[in-house]
Order: sequence, then structure tokens, then C-alpha cells
Amino acid sequence: MAADVILDVQELRAYYRILKGDVKAVDGVTFQVRRGEILGIAGESGCGKSTLAHTLMLRKPPLTHISGKAVFLGQDIMAMGKETFRKRRLQDISIIPQYALDALSPTKTIGTFFADLVREHGLPADSAFFERVRERLRFVNLDPEVLDKYPIELSGGMKQRVIMVISTILNPALVIADEITSALDVSSQRFAASLLVELRDKGIIGSAIFITHDLAILYQIADRLLIMYGGHVVETGPVETIVHGPRHPYTQALLSSLPKVGVQIKDQRLEGIKGTPPELLNIGPGCRFRARCPYRTQRCEETPATENISPEHSIACWNYRDIGGEQVG
Amino acid sequence: MAGKDFWKRHENLYFAVSNKKVILGVTVFLAIVALAIFGPMVTPYDYEEFAGRGYQPPSKEHWFGTTIMGRDVFTQVVFGLRSTLLVGFLAGTIASAIGLVVGFVSGFFSGKAPDEGLMALTNIFMVIPSLTLLIILSAYLPYRGIATQAIIVAATAWPWTARAVRSQTLSLKSQEFVNLSRISAAPTFRIIREDIAANMFSYVFMVYILQFNGTILSSVGLEFLGLGPTRGISLGLVLQNAVNWNALHLGMWWWTIIPGLILTLMIVSLYFINTGLDEVFNPRLREM
Amino acid sequence: MVDRKQEPILRVENLTKVFSSGVFFRQFTEAVREVSFEMYPGTIMSLIGESGSGKTTIGRMVLKLLRPTAGKIYFQEQDIATLRGKAELREYYRRVQGVFQDPFSSFNPLFRVDRVFDMVYDVFLPDVKDREERTREVLRKVNLNPERVLHQFPHQLSGGQLQRLLIARALLLDVKVLIADELISMLDASTRMGILNLLADICQSTGMSVLFITHDLALGYYISDYTMIMHRGRLVEQGATAEVYHNPIHPYTRMLFRSVPDIGHRWDPKEKFVPEQVSREIAEFYASNSGRGFAQVSSSHKVLMSLD
Repeated sequence: MAADVILDVQELRAYYRILKGDVKAVDGVTFQVRRGEILGIAGESGCGKSTLAHTLMLRKPPLTHISGKAVFLGQDIMAMGKETFRKRRLQDISIIPQYALDALSPTKTIGTFFADLVREHGLPADSAFFERVRERLRFVNLDPEVLDKYPIELSGGMKQRVIMVISTILNPALVIADEITSALDVSSQRFAASLLVELRDKGIIGSAIFITHDLAILYQIADRLLIMYGGHVVETGPVETIVHGPRHPYTQALLSSLPKVGVQIKDQRLEGIKGTPPELLNIGPGCRFRARCPYRTQRCEETPATENISPEHSIACWNYRDIGGEQVG
Repeated sequence: MAGKDFWKRHENLYFAVSNKKVILGVTVFLAIVALAIFGPMVTPYDYEEFAGRGYQPPSKEHWFGTTIMGRDVFTQVVFGLRSTLLVGFLAGTIASAIGLVVGFVSGFFSGKAPDEGLMALTNIFMVIPSLTLLIILSAYLPYRGIATQAIIVAATAWPWTARAVRSQTLSLKSQEFVNLSRISAAPTFRIIREDIAANMFSYVFMVYILQFNGTILSSVGLEFLGLGPTRGISLGLVLQNAVNWNALHLGMWWWTIIPGLILTLMIVSLYFINTGLDEVFNPRLREM
Repeated sequence: MVDRKQEPILRVENLTKVFSSGVFFRQFTEAVREVSFEMYPGTIMSLIGESGSGKTTIGRMVLKLLRPTAGKIYFQEQDIATLRGKAELREYYRRVQGVFQDPFSSFNPLFRVDRVFDMVYDVFLPDVKDREERTREVLRKVNLNPERVLHQFPHQLSGGQLQRLLIARALLLDVKVLIADELISMLDASTRMGILNLLADICQSTGMSVLFITHDLALGYYISDYTMIMHRGRLVEQGATAEVYHNPIHPYTRMLFRSVPDIGHRWDPKEKFVPEQVSREIAEFYASNSGRGFAQVSSSHKVLMSLD
């Protein structure tokens, strides 16, 4: 493992085990997170990105870890006991969950929430701690008197900022941000996303994984991108390469269906992707995008192996050489 | 051919009659109702009559044994069941009717005067400790018939239904399919019948069953305290007598356990029906 | 190109909606305040705003699901508040329809999806004999396979399919104005384009107009000829799409464009962007332009300069 890789995920498989069988939501996912980087994980609903976050942080039945490792700071967190992992949570690795706005209990003040949370991790909720909390609140442009308020008194954007402060209060080495901007208005979105970058730049957090369906926002803040489809990783690379020179048919189709300010339908007609994502219940081998792929061949019945187009750019497609690149945007 | 078509059109009915929980619950409940209807016709004794020697365990002459005074327990139970079931049915129906109307009107006019007024009324009734009210009302009335008891029990049971129905109405109001029907210029009656009532029917049906359960328990409770109908016998009264005479201590298990078991079976069977119906009425749950 | 010499098909004049809640301690919320605009045949207009801007409320008032507190709505120069009786309302809904944001909430879960078509036939087209054939025809127009969607329950279909069904339903009638309330916000990126292109094609071929209500500026730019921006119940800026995008005057509009992430360019990391600042900027803007009301920047471009 290279010195600057803090999370090394190898062939991770996690299925939802239900009565009817296995929903193979995360099926052989491999990637690394480097020190100080923001990795964007993008894909549409059902691609497995949120499941991936839960597999790493909040595994609950029916979500079951099947195989594969996730080595974080030298230890495999998949093999770690619940208690051991709980202690590392918040301090080393932290998640800012989806629907964070509802995570705040309506009957506790914000200050009580902070105190309870940090005590749970065995740390004192003393004046030194609260001094740090106040400093962080000012950093996100919130008046520290918000500590005495109840969640109902705050707007959506403000609550999101509070959650971000809570999740990063112990300076974790890795933060997983799961769709933190999706429920926000456009103006709050930019602020929340930029905040994540600032936290990383100032060293308050080490690295971050930003999970979203919004490629445009990832283009603004991520260093590298990982595209998921149907539980598989289809393409990984530097953000500039993926967004402006994608090689995987799905990535290409996804990017060309994104509206850009300045492009009207009468100038250029954008096309969506016909069809729907595959049903992951008891799904067999093969490329999961093949039903909707214009370049499909017989070989695609076999699950594609991940290959390197260049040292930084990897792809899972048998036919990428014949497809060629597409300059997008 | 016609048979198959019938089931196709009445899909919900098909699922209702083929659901195991519903079948089990209905069977047990109907058996108990049958006991209440036919039991009194079958037994040779009267429930007040000294039918034989006291302290008898169940036998051929006395299927449920005799009380300490020699009254036939079976006769007492089946006549008592009639009275208890009747009160439960009457009270449950009255309570559900009031609760439905109050809840629906409240939810429909939510935020406006009718809602505020009705909810204030509901809250007042909810806050009154029902058992205390029941005891006081019952104790003050010199003569208590089945109807009186039913009304008293219903008076304290309706608020819960009203709140539940109101919240269901509110949630329905925010569903877009009601709006879609409105912009289709559908006749108001059709909207009420298909969009609102149909989606509430299952809810209301299950609420009724729960009410029925609740009112039976309330009336048994009253009867147990001696505040049941002033004349006649009821299940609660049987149990009260058994406890007063220390039946269990004295070894007369049949006097307490059998009536208690029947009461329990009745309540449980109704809950089974309720759970089973939840699957019937929610098409999504069927496919699980 | 919008032909402004035609008569507007829909005209909204000083539309206001105030919600009151509670009887004993009344609280008033101003959802929409003095909004005026015109819609012309064959055009797509975006009504853009964030949550709480009042855009959905306007859509519902046009659909007569809510009654305005003040102001008027004219359809083909007739005040829709004067429509009385089932017959008049029916004629209105024959021409004006809506598609809502949540496809799953738009279908009664107890019935099969065919019901939404049956309701239209029952009310508007009772004399049609070959209902199923007509339905299939209109389903094909929205790129749905009749075999896959007819006779299904709503929970068996995807959001995209349900939205197409709702558009198909509107096509059964001769709709002149379609209120599309955030109809693709619950859909995936790859599905959205198909539906948007479909809407544009329908407008081209039938001359239908669409009021496209959304919070997504990029989508608004792509699809619409004319753009309107809402902020806290007021229409702060409106005009031809390209003009509003290239020459935004109101500080709220400018802020919106600054916040939209775009794969064409990167945000300036040195630019500190704080949402609270916007409210201050807007207040200053109104104060410094006090008394000007609405200003006509060009023939189609209008801006709210002050609240008085």
C-alpha cells in the first residue's frame, strides 16, 4: 500500500439478503482514497453509491458484507468488531449522512447534541471542547449562539452546516459525505460544497469521499472521480479526464445528457439514455450496462475486468478501445 | 368462466378470503359468536339456577363445571358472552361512528374553525380518565341496561378513533392523486368514493376492529368491578364472582380460566384479522 | 421566436396568495405577492425559484386547485374565477392540465394506472368507442410500450414511466397550457432528457404552451424560451431566456447563476460565497432603487427594482 493511500478498498461485495435472494448492490468494488484528496463517487439512483457508504460505516441487516476488504489506516474495517469500530468513528472516519437535516433530535438544543455525541466517544464535553465548537461554527458562518437553539429554529442550510461541524469536530482523517447537497437549495449547495473543500484545505479534515448524482458539483470540488453503475465501478480517473474525456459508454452518455447553461434545445438536442437500470436481485455475471449500451458485443456477457488506460485512468469495459474518446463540454 | 371473472374484478376480496391470518382469526371469532348464539339454546339450565352440586370440575353434565354455589359455569359463560358481545358491538359501532365523523370533518377542514373546535373537544375527552368516568357514571345510574353501558363505554372510546381518522384524512389530502382527479373535472362524489373513501376504507375497517376490542375490554372491566348491567349476567361478572370466591385458590380453576381463556381468544382472534387485513389492503405488502 | 403580436393564451395579473393557519392565533404567510406575466401559444416558460418561492402555488392557482387571495388569471381572455358549473370547468380542464412533481403520489395506489385514462374518457370523451386503441396510440407518442405499462399497478412501474403516463393523459385532450410542476426533479439524469425532449416536441407539433416550474436553472435554460425568476413570492426578473441569463440585473438572479455548478467552468475558489449575504444584497438593492417598482430593461426583459 502506497504511503499516501489512507483507504484501500479491494473487491468489496455487500448484498442485501432478503427472502427472495440477494440484491447485489455493491459487487466487486475496488478503489483507493489518497491523503488530502476529495474523491467523488457518482452515479444514478440504484448504482450502489449510498450502499457503499453504508457498507463502510453503518452496516445493518439485511445489508451483509459478503467478501472483500477495506483497509483504513492499516486496518481492515470490514473485519473489525463493532465496538472497536465505534471508537474510531467520528475521530478517524466520519460520515455526513443523507437526510442529515432529520438527524437532529427536535427536543435537544444543538449544544446538548454536541455534548452528548462527544461524551459517547469517551471525550469530555468541557470548555476547551466548546471553544473549538464555537470556532468551527464561526468558520461555517454561523453565530455560536446557535448552540442554544432548537433544530426547528434553523433553516435547512443552517442545519446542514451544523451537521458538517459535528461530523468534523474531531478532525477525522476521512469524511464520507453522502448526498449532502441534494436536499438543499442551489444557493446553499454551493456553500456546503465549497465548505468541504475549505475544511480539507485548512487541514481540519484529511480526505473526503463525496457521494452524489450531481456530476456538475463534483466537477467543481473533486480531485478524482469514480463512476458507478448497477453496483460496479465503470470508470475512475482525474476529474478533468472523466468529465472532458470519458471513455466508458455509460459515462459518455451520462455526460452528454447533462444540460449546460448556455445550451438551448434549439441549438443542441441532448439525449438521455433509453431504458432503466437492471434489477439487482440475484443478478448474474456480465456488464450491467449492456442492455442499454450501443456498443454491446457478445463479450459483454462476461463481467468486464478493470483495465488501466493510463496510470491514473481506469475503466471496466471490453470494447473501450474500439469506441474511442469523446470530447464533451 | 364467470367464477374466474368474479375473482378478477374483486381482487381484494380474493386476497381477503385466502389470507391465513384472516381465516384463522375469523374462524376462532365466529366459533365464539356461535357459542354465544347457540350456547344458551343448547344448555338445559338457567344461569341463575342452582343446577347441581357446587365445586364440580368439568364433566358430562356440566361442561365447564359448576360454581361454588352449584350454578352451571357453561350456562353462565354463554349467556354472559351474549351480553358482553352485544355491549362491545353497540359501543364499538357508536364510538366508531362518532370518531369517523369528527375525524373526517376535522381533517377535511384542517386549519379552519371546525377543525380547531372539534380537536379541542376531542382533546378534552381524551384527557378525562376513562375508567374513572365510567365508574362514576355507572355508579350514579340506578338502573343500567345494555344500551346505557354501551353509550358510556362509547363516550370515552371515540376520541382515539377521531384522531386516527383525522390524521389519515390529512395525509390523503396531500396526495397528488386527489388533485389529479380534481383537474380531471371528476364528479365530487367519485373523488370522495374512489380516492378518499377507498383509501380510508381499509383503515377505517381496521380501526373499527380495534375499537370493538377496546370496548369489550372496557365493558368487561366495568362488569368486573360490579358496574355492569344491573340485571342479567355478563362475562365480566362471571370473572368477578370467581375472583370474589377465590376460585383459583380453592382449586376451581375451571371457573376463572375457562371464561378468561374465551375472552382472550376473542381479543386475539380480532387482532389476527386486523393484521391479516393489513396485507390484503396494501397491495405492496402482498408481494413480499 | 416568440411572436408577441399574438394574443396571450394565459394572462396573470397581480396574483396574490396569502395562507392563514389557525383560528385562535391566526398566522399569515404570503406565498405569492403581486405576480404578473403572460404566456403565448407554443412557448415554454420556466418559472424558476427555490423552495418557498411560491412557484408551486402559482401553478396550483392556474389549475384552480387554490383560490387567489387577490389578482386575476385570464385564460383566452376569460377570467377563470368566473367559471361556474361542471360544464364550464370541464371545458377549462380540456384545455389546461397539469403534471405534478411526485409521480408515485399522483396515482391512487389501489387502482391500476389505466384509471387515470378512464377518468378522462368518462368526463371528457364519453362517446369514444375504441378507448384501448386510443390509449395505446397516445402511449406510443410518449415512447411507452403499451404492453409493459397498461393494467399495471403504480408501484410496479418506475418514476419515469409514471411521468410519461401522466403526460400521455394530458395528450388525450387538446391541451393548450400544461403546468409542469417540477416534473423531472424526482427522475434520474439519464431519464430526464427523454421527457424534456418529448415536451419540446409536443409543443412544436401541437402548439401547446408549458409553464415549466423548476429549481434547476440549467434545465430551464435548455428547454425554455422565456424565463421568470421568483424570490419570496415575488417575480423579481423575467425575460427571454438568453437575455436573462446573459444580462441578469436583480441580485437574486445573479446569485442564482453564480451558484449553479456547470461542467463548462469551475467556481473561483477565492470567491467567498455566503447565502446570508444575498438577503442583505437584495435589501440594499431595493433600498437604493426605492420607488422604481418594475423596470422594463428591454421589450421582453422586466426587473423588480423595489418593493414600493
